[in-house]
Amino acid sequence: MSLKIVVLAKQVPDTRNVGPDAMTPEGTVNRAALPAIFNPEDLNALEQALRLKDENPGSTVTIVTMGPGRAAEVIREAMFRGADGGYLLTDRAFAGADTLATSYALSTAIKHVCPDVDLIIGGRQAIDGDTAQVGPQVAEKLGLNQITYTEEILSCKDGKITVKRHIDGGVETVETALPVVLTVNGSAAPCRPRNAKLVMKYKRALAPMELVPGTTFAELPYADQYEKKPYLVLGQLTCADVNADLNQCGLAGSPTKVKNVENIVFKAKESKVLTGSDEDINGLIQELLANHTIG
Amino acid sequence: MANFYSDVPEIKFELENPLMERIVELKERNYRDKDEYAEAPQDFADAQENYKQVLDIVGDITANVIAPNAEAVDAEGPHCENGRVRYASKTYENMEAMVKAGMNGMTMPRKYNGLNLPITVYTAANEIVSTGDAGFENIWSLQDCIETLYEFGNEDQHARFIPRICAGETMSMDLTEPDAGSDLQSVMLKATFDEENNCWRLNGSKRFITNGDSDVHLVLARSEAGTRDGRGLSMFIYDKRDGGVDVRRIENKLGIHGSPTCELVYKNAKAELCGSTKLGLIKYVMALMNGARLGIAAQSVGLSQAAYNEAVAYANDRKQFGKAIVTFPAVFEMISNIKAKLDAGRALLYQTARYVDVYKALDDIARERKLTPEERAEQKKYAKLADAFTPLAKGMNSEYANQNGYDCIQVHGGSGFMLEYACQRIYRDARITSIYEGTTQLQVVAAIRYVTTGLYSQVISEFEQFEAAPEYQGYMDRIKAMAAKLNADIELVKAAENQELLDICARHLYEEAANTIMCHLLLQNATKAPELFGKSLNVYVNLAESEVEKHHNFIARMDVAQIESYRK
Repeated sequence: MSLKIVVLAKQVPDTRNVGPDAMTPEGTVNRAALPAIFNPEDLNALEQALRLKDENPGSTVTIVTMGPGRAAEVIREAMFRGADGGYLLTDRAFAGADTLATSYALSTAIKHVCPDVDLIIGGRQAIDGDTAQVGPQVAEKLGLNQITYTEEILSCKDGKITVKRHIDGGVETVETALPVVLTVNGSAAPCRPRNAKLVMKYKRALAPMELVPGTTFAELPYADQYEKKPYLVLGQLTCADVNADLNQCGLAGSPTKVKNVENIVFKAKESKVLTGSDEDINGLIQELLANHTIG
Repeated sequence: MANFYSDVPEIKFELENPLMERIVELKERNYRDKDEYAEAPQDFADAQENYKQVLDIVGDITANVIAPNAEAVDAEGPHCENGRVRYASKTYENMEAMVKAGMNGMTMPRKYNGLNLPITVYTAANEIVSTGDAGFENIWSLQDCIETLYEFGNEDQHARFIPRICAGETMSMDLTEPDAGSDLQSVMLKATFDEENNCWRLNGSKRFITNGDSDVHLVLARSEAGTRDGRGLSMFIYDKRDGGVDVRRIENKLGIHGSPTCELVYKNAKAELCGSTKLGLIKYVMALMNGARLGIAAQSVGLSQAAYNEAVAYANDRKQFGKAIVTFPAVFEMISNIKAKLDAGRALLYQTARYVDVYKALDDIARERKLTPEERAEQKKYAKLADAFTPLAKGMNSEYANQNGYDCIQVHGGSGFMLEYACQRIYRDARITSIYEGTTQLQVVAAIRYVTTGLYSQVISEFEQFEAAPEYQGYMDRIKAMAAKLNADIELVKAAENQELLDICARHLYEEAANTIMCHLLLQNATKAPELFGKSLNVYVNLAESEVEKHHNFIARMDVAQIESYRK
């Protein structure tokens, strides 16, 4: 059975290796100081999609991502690993979206690019917002079944899917009918590496938004390749392309209002200064033994 | 995130060597695949970008999968169960990552699903993987046996076997036997033709076979009954799917634990001939070995890089007398010597790989069409250079890997002797590199005729024409003085007209030549990229100059009369 799979992916600042300049004085994320990466759990989601594609020849994996031009990088990265293509949802009207406006935009785009979708798979949550709301909201907006905290797809055949979920204190196995939205946990299989041939094939793929403003594909090096190989021009959609209601998009469609952002620096409640003397070291060992940290 | 390719700019530098343009043009046959295969390059710049992207993937997998698994693979090792090999569990994880990334059959043509990469690029991948885990590199890099099947097998064999290797099936070369190690002419594994089934049958045993339970074996066997020398040996392809070869045991080794070293038993195993009978040793194994030796040179450079990484990290971290130990001259001198040997050895490795690339690409073109007289001359020139440089690259880099592993432990002090630091594994893994695929002593045997015929001296005098940066002119003068000593020593030893004297002096002459050549290569590199190689040039010329002086003194004092003092 061939499946139509959409993977929701997001480009995020790498908040895992935060340095002292990670935040601006205004309290917003200093994007210049943090490299933009493929949201880690979206890579777990991509791997689940690619496995389904491996097992079901003829299946397609399409990436849908929302963001500025540079976010097309996640589409390329996914194609380097086996995705067939993708769409960059990009429009000023989408800017400033909270989870509600994001899920509205994404679900509208999915209806447009893949109306007969079988599976929509995304990471559990993004490391910049950590809300875990977008996947479930997309399911709700499209009226689809949803399985969150997916750790492994045990089977997917005859219109049914069986999934192992990672829940508090254990795992749970559930079954539901397609189409379905899955959100995938970080404990699921890691994503496969980039593939040499696919990188060679797709390395010049670009979304129109990535071009220097005012230039065209015809002005790029190897311009003839974009004509000969249409897959090198990545899909790009605006608000109008997907007939989205402007009132539900971006800042206008976001009930979440940020009142204040505080910089929190974790501080130890109490601290001790020890020297390298035998006495201090013995004292520390005794203390750690007494409170069962060691021993 | 760590990446063992992009973190080492010296590797990328080697890919930008001017000879690469010619190599790629030959390998890509003027880019004829560009409209047929989506992944084929459009031109040289496009090809270079592909190579960098591929190596970036290898560097990523090595840093984030293979290296973190190395300790567990080393501790668990492979096991022999019911005549089959079961790798250490993390070895399967490494293999899966490399297969998914498409890093198999890397040099094979696209029509067999290969990546059609030059050997130079494959060599870089080899080096990178070895930095992460030299034992795993062994298993993975045996894919290059397919070169020999491609060179000497027929089209039907190409079509049946090459796509399987490109898809990730593994290979082995079954050469050594209990009584045939360095002396492969004594191989006794029996090959008989089975008229009834129209195939060959192999009977006997092999020993010390790396990855001996592989999917596709190249086997050296005696097809000519009654013969006892190399002319009775042929090369066979054994397909594991046909059965008939079992693993009797796996060796318990000092290092490269991840790589299973097998004793094999052949019981009427079905096999097919590769190429013609009687050419097994004298032609095919020689080709196989030259490729394998380049591979060990790359493995050695990878180990030296690993030794350098560990030494630098520890010396910066470890504090004594209130300071990081890297600030003490006794320590930083050791680390600089590791780096200088690494940079010099790497320059020699890639110079060799490029020579191999040119002649092999021309060899391959000669299978499609007649070469022009210019191309024939080019092929001959580079084949000879490759033949001369391969034993230098293998011998010197493997010795350096051992020295660097030793110094890496020394930098760690007492902690280095404990098993919890990676340096002990690097030290153990490096030890085999100067032994297998021909000991250093055999590399000297392979190289000595190029010493006495003056080929190295000729190459060196060509290198002397290089226009070094003005500030490096002093080095050029010193290197020229080293060459003068080498040439004088060659004449002195030749004048004695005594084979034993030559054999005793051979290692000394070999190292003099290698040291001088590596000085030149570093000088060339430093002129182009002083920020990468300037320091190593200084350190290495100091080192090499004193080495040459040492050998020069030995040869000056040595004569035929003293041989008795050495004889045991």
